[in-house]
This record gives sequence, C-alpha cells and structure tokens, in this order.
Amino acid sequence: MTELDASDAAADTLTGGPRRRRVRTGGRPAGVPLPLLLPALVGLAFLLLPLLALLLRAPWRDLPNQLTSTAVWQALQLSLVCATAATGVSLVLGVPLAWLLARTDFPGRGFVRALVTLPLVLPPVVGGVALLLALGRNGVVGQWLDSWFGITLPFTTAGVVVAEAFVAMPFLVISVEGTLRAADPRYEEAAATLGASRFTAFRRVTLPLIAPGIAAGAVLAWARALGEFGATITFAGNFPGRTQTMPLAVYLALQNDPAAAIALSLVLLAVSIAVLAGLRDRWTAAPS
Amino acid sequence: MTDPTLPPSKPSDKGLDAHLVVHRDTFRLDIALAAAPGDVVALLGPNGAGKSTALRALAGLTPLSDGGLIRLDGTDLGRTPPEARPVGVVFQDYLLFPHLSALDNVAFGPRCQGVPKAAARELAAQWLERMGLAEHAAAKPRRLSGGQAQRVALARALATHPRLLLLDEPLAALDARTRLDVRSQLRRHLSDFEAVAVLVTHDPLDAMVLADRLVVVEHGRVVQEGTPSDIARHPRTDYIAQLVGLNLYRGAAEGHTVRLDTGPAITTTEDLSGPVFVAFPPSAVTLYRDRPTGSSARNLWRCEVAGLETHGDQIRADLTGELALAADLTTVAAAELDLHTGAPVWATVKAAQTHAYPA
Amino acid sequence: MTRSTRRTRTRTLRVAGVGAAALLALSACSSSDSDSSSNSSPKSDTSASSSPKLSGTVTVFAAASLKESFTTLGKEFEKANPGTKVTFNFGGSDTLAASITGGAPADVFAAASPKTMAVVTDKKDAATTPATFVRNQLEIATLPGNPDKVASLKDLTKSGLKVVLCDKTVPCGAAAQKALDASKLKLTPASYEQDVKSALTKVELKEADAAVVYKTDVKAAGDKVEGVEFPESAKAINDYPIALLKDAPNAEAAKAFIALVQSAEGQKVLTAAGFLQP
Repeated sequence: MTELDASDAAADTLTGGPRRRRVRTGGRPAGVPLPLLLPALVGLAFLLLPLLALLLRAPWRDLPNQLTSTAVWQALQLSLVCATAATGVSLVLGVPLAWLLARTDFPGRGFVRALVTLPLVLPPVVGGVALLLALGRNGVVGQWLDSWFGITLPFTTAGVVVAEAFVAMPFLVISVEGTLRAADPRYEEAAATLGASRFTAFRRVTLPLIAPGIAAGAVLAWARALGEFGATITFAGNFPGRTQTMPLAVYLALQNDPAAAIALSLVLLAVSIAVLAGLRDRWTAAPS
Repeated sequence: MTDPTLPPSKPSDKGLDAHLVVHRDTFRLDIALAAAPGDVVALLGPNGAGKSTALRALAGLTPLSDGGLIRLDGTDLGRTPPEARPVGVVFQDYLLFPHLSALDNVAFGPRCQGVPKAAARELAAQWLERMGLAEHAAAKPRRLSGGQAQRVALARALATHPRLLLLDEPLAALDARTRLDVRSQLRRHLSDFEAVAVLVTHDPLDAMVLADRLVVVEHGRVVQEGTPSDIARHPRTDYIAQLVGLNLYRGAAEGHTVRLDTGPAITTTEDLSGPVFVAFPPSAVTLYRDRPTGSSARNLWRCEVAGLETHGDQIRADLTGELALAADLTTVAAAELDLHTGAPVWATVKAAQTHAYPA
Repeated sequence: MTRSTRRTRTRTLRVAGVGAAALLALSACSSSDSDSSSNSSPKSDTSASSSPKLSGTVTVFAAASLKESFTTLGKEFEKANPGTKVTFNFGGSDTLAASITGGAPADVFAAASPKTMAVVTDKKDAATTPATFVRNQLEIATLPGNPDKVASLKDLTKSGLKVVLCDKTVPCGAAAQKALDASKLKLTPASYEQDVKSALTKVELKEADAAVVYKTDVKAAGDKVEGVEFPESAKAINDYPIALLKDAPNAEAAKAFIALVQSAEGQKVLTAAGFLQP
C-alpha cells in the first residue's frame, strides 16, 4: 500500500516530462534578493582573496625560471598522472560502492556510510600512517602483498595513487550516492521488465542517467587528489620524479625559498583551472 | 492460504492463471486473475485499491507473499525475477530511458535478449513503423508528445514478444484530446495482440473501451468481474455504481417490492425474492416542489437538497432524506423548482426505470 | 579581576626569590664546566633581570628535535616561576622561521641550524644575537638489532637497502648531504622526508631499513630503532642557535627561559637527550 502510493506520487511528479535542465540566468543580479546576494559575495571574496593575494605577491620575474625547471615539470606531470589514476581507481571502486549504499538494504548500512566518509575527517597525515600500517611493508595486508607478490607500495608512484585515492574516493562516493538517491529507481525496474539483468540495467540505464553526478564526483575527487599532501608524503614519501607531486614540491620549497613555492603553487593552480574549465565546457555542451 | 471464496481458477496450459497475494503492513492484496490468450483484462478500482501492486506483482517487481501464484502458459513464474519473465510493461509515465532515442528505447529489450545490435535496431525500426512513428526514431523521449511517447512505450514493451502485456494507467498521462486518439489506437493494438493483456485503470471509460473483461478491485479484493456491459448494468458496489452513474441500493425483495436495508421500499418491475440490488439512473428521477398528486409513480420520497453541481448541460442534485439519491434535471427545471441547498423536494422514480437483480 | 591579579602578583613575588635562588644554584653548577665564556654572560644577564617578577606565557618556537628536552625544561621553568606558562610550537625549523617572519607571535626561537635562524635574523626579527646552545650529531637509525648489519655511512649505499633521508631543505637533510659529500658517497634514498621525525617514523614502522637522523632522535625513539654512529658525522654537526625575538610579547620571561636553556641544569637535560654541548 505505501509503496503503491509512493510510486503513484513519483509517477505524478514525472508526468511533466524529463527532468528540467538547469536554467541559465545570464548575469541578472537584479532579481537576486539581498539576503542571499550579500553573503554570497562575501563567500566568494572569502574564497578568492587568498588566491588573489597569491597572485599579487607572486614573484612574476622568477616564474619563467620555475617553468623551465625540469624538476617542476616532473612534479607537475607526476601530479597530473597520479591524480588522474587516483580518480580512475575511485571511479572503478567508488561508483559500485555508491550503488551498494544507495540501492541495496543491508544491516548496518548507515554505519558503513559513516565509515566511508571517515577519510574526510581524518587528518591526511593520520590517513598516511594508517595506510602504512595497512599496506606498508610490515602492514596488516602489506606484508602479504610483499611476501606473495613482491609488491611494496610505500615510496612508489603506485603508493602515491593509493594515498590520493584513499583521500579522494569518499568525495566521489558521497557525490554519486546522492545522485543515485535522487535518480528514479523505476528506470531500473523498467529495464528489468525488458529483460535486463541488474548489472545490465545499471550499465545501460543507471550509469548514463547519473553520468553528470559521476562527473561531478570525479572532478571533486581529482581536485582533491591533485592537492593531496599529508597522506601522500606520509605513505609514499618524497622522491623527485617518483613520489614528489606538486604539493610536496611546494611544501619543501616553502622551507627555504617561499618565492619559489608561490611560483610552483601558481603553476599548479593554473593547470588545475585549465583542466577543470575545459572539462566543464565539455559536459555542459554534451546533451545527456 | 487459499481463500475458499475465490472462484476456482482452472490451471490451463495457455494464458494467465494467477493468484496474487501481497501482504504488506496493514495492506493485503488477494486477487485471483485468469485470462486466455487474446484476452484484454482491465483491473478497475479506486486509488489505493491495490491495482498497481497487482501489476507490479505480475511483473515481478513486488514479490508475492505466501500463497501467491503466477502461471503463464503453464509455467510457474511466482519466483522468477522480472528480467526472466516473458512480461512486457507499459508504465504509467512510460519511463522511456531519457538518454536513448526512441529507436534505442525499443531496441533495448531485444538487445537484452541477446539479439545483435543491428538486428535489434532493425526490429525496433519495424515496431516504430507499425506504430506510425518511423520519422521519430532518432528523437529523444523529451522531444516526443505524450501520445508518441505512449506508443514508443508500447512498442518497447511489445518488442520483447511478451506473453503477458501489462499496462499501468496507459492513458492517465494524456490530455483529454490526445486521449481519444490514443485510446482508439491502443484498442487496435491490443486487439492485434495475441497473448494476455492486463491493464490497470481508474477510468471506467478506458476500461470499457479497451478491455473484454473487467475485474473491479477494492481494498485489495475482487468485488466484481464480468464483461463491461454486464458491470455497467449490474453494479454491485457503490464505487462501480458511481463509476457507471447509477443510484444503487441493497435490500430484500418480496415480489415487486424491495425493502431496503436503510428503511424505505422501492417498487420494481422484476419479480424477485431474497437479497437483491436495485439500480436506477439519476435521469429517471423526477423532482417536485410540492407533493405530486396526479403522479402514477409509486416510488415517492420526501427529500432535501444536499448539493448541486453541473453535469454537462444538466444539473445533478444530491438528495438526502427518506432515500439518498442523485437526480439529474435540466437547468430550466432546476430554476423553476428554485433548487438550492437545503430546499425540500419530492422525488419520484417510475418502477419501469428501476432495475433489480439478485445480490 | 583586580583581586585575582593582586593575588597572582604576590605569589609571583614570593616565588621569584625561589626562582632566582634556583638559577643561582644552576649557574654555580655550570661554572664547573670547562668553557664558561659563552655561558657566563647571559647568565649574569638573567640573574640581573630575575629581580622583576616573571609572569604570563612564554611562547617558544623550537625545532622538532628539541621536543622532549624542551618540554622537560618548560615544566621546570613553570615550577621555578609559578604564574608563568611555557607554550611550545615544535616543528621544522624552516616552517617555524617562516611563521616568525610572517608575524607569528613568539618570544623565543630555537632553531636546528644557523641557516634557518639566519632567515629570522635577516629580517631583523631577532632581538638578541643568536647563541648556540647545543649541537646535534647525525646517527644512522636502523631497525632494532640492526639486521642489515649497517656499520658505516658507506653501508647505506648497498643496493636493496631502503634508506630515507631528510629533504635537503631541512637541516638534518643538509647535514646528511654534507656528510655524504665529505666522504664522496652517492646515496639514492627511497624518499627525502619532510622532517627528521617522519624519517625516523619510516624506520620505526619498518617501512625503511635505515634513516640518517640525529642522535637525539635515536635516543628519543627508545628501542624502536637502533643507533649506529659513523665517523663522517663529525663533519656535519649541527649548531642549534637560540634567540629572543624582537616582537616578543613577554621578553622578560623569555630571557629567563633562554637563560635556563643555557644553564648547567638546562644543558644536563639536553645532553641527557643526546645533544652535544656547544
């Protein structure tokens, strides 16, 4: 009875046709109420001011030197590769996990969801130590990885990916789970009545429907992975070309050459803005 | 768990033979449903009666409780998951996959059944052609009108060659104009369909136009079933009487007099005895301001107007008093009678216009 | 409010005498030390300045390697000067220097290298000329029992051995590099750690087989690592300078704390932790 009513209600909301696309209000703050506009602008300023200060105080004359340094390119390249790989790992493991949390019912699901978000609140350095204890050469699992497969993760590029994925994946899971909960599960039912197994329904119906949410989650995860410092330096250490990502290079440069550190930060910022803006345009342009 | 009051359903090798039992919280659905190939059965009932639950149970989207049974063409489907049932569903809001074109929506089912991509698309194109939608094959669902979307949904369901086609409120999402067209088209497609079709609706007109047989469900149980004309003529519950627009009473017959459970008696032409239903249309009622003297009507009751509403070009008066009934009269007559809420009136019905039948 | 202030002041007054007495006793002890020239002058300073009652909070920015010994000294200082409180900010010397020049409110800066101290003095943020109060020598930290039989700096270059060094930007890394260069050794570590503690942690967690860290760190780690001394470390000994900062909110108490660090009692605590006397 209750389910019946619920599905009826859901049906009613959907009779209006496919979900409305985002409405663009092209720069018309006239209609924005002041109690929203004011804090919004303060919030924007709050977020942008530190970045602006970075730009103002940047040693622009040093910048060309920094950009031509192979060490910088090496760190930048490593950062991009590792963040992308960590996002890949997060997608492969995180999307199914989000599906499990959103679409199935098992005892202790709420508790599991809380556990998933734990890396968000854990100080990244602690996360790094935890990873060492788990996957290190002497770790709970790591010792078997070492003795059976000869795999050791600390001090390797793979270790960087692991550390970044550990910190970044919760962002993806939370984002995708939210999208899945908002998505109409009856499309999966419709697919089932057409002969699709649950996995086929997920792959051919659910996945395309929640693609925007997955993309948003992936962007969050990628950005988080790109800026990751604590877990990475703790778990994977710091070796140029192997585990020294941009944030690590920035941190260490800060030790004796703050100007260089600012220059490096700008490079990282510029690249991430370019990538994110590029991806955004692609997604908003693509009809879904 | 089998209910002895249910009509015994003969297990047959062809068609549908189901006993749908779904028990959830305080709600219990318990209906028997049987249909031969080619039959179109309509489940008719008010909101919350359990029609949609019945449909979901047939599709396998809601599991049957103990005692439930679904046999289709001799195969037990009670525990079969939805994707393995030869069942097609047209959902109320169609649930066309928004990211796929009309063609790919229709090709979805065949693809899931293992038909190669090109062949599935070819098949889908044929279905769309048959539905008169060939030029909309590439359109995304949000570009389709309600009627077109409905036909795509039907094509999508039929493309899997189901042995049981389920339609949930197939016309509810359409506006009145499209509804007329789509109803007649759907009628044509359903009569072409060689297997069992079950549709759920709360609209008696849809049910009567589309179905060969009606099953009226109230509170999770079958309260009446039969051909549309039989049900229209012999309603057995207030809900059906209201749907078909009849005043309905239950009472005990003694010859031509039916003594109603609520007190007054109605004189009928039928000669019956025992528990009966008496029905007459609101248009059979004549109203008077003063007690009629010369009237030959033997059914005369003193009533009071409880409410008035326009009903097409007529006024429908809801009356209370000796007998609660609905009466239709012209606007002119209503004005002459100076009808208003609380006005006392006399109501008469000719015996020849009543219809009594055993309960 | 006024009442509580007055009460604190009377208490401080009473204890200031005890503190002065203690400092006097400490200076008496240190006079037995061979090189007293460097110690004597600040000592007389403190005894002179100890007459005004000390109160309030002393904020000390100190190199991470000083954590154990300075914490002990801080407690002693608070005991000797009731009403005072010593708060510490331990961290990499460079980070600390950066925050001091960035305007962090601190009274005392104790750095792990003259170079990092120079960052502060170059910006004219120090009130006194930095004085070297201890020196630290490098040591190799190996797994307990030294399973890889590391006996010298050269042994660290063996292949298959996972060694971590401090990054060259931090003092322990610079010192290690100096020692390696002096003995013309080329060592490719698994990682250049951001500070000496994280280098040590890698050995403690057995992720690395050895690390080049300070003697004091090996000592602090107890039996979780084993220390191996190496002669080349003599060529890369780190001087630890300490200085009063220009914008010190509590200069008087800060001076007294610096005096305690340089006193014989202070040196006893520091040498017990593995530091060398300057």
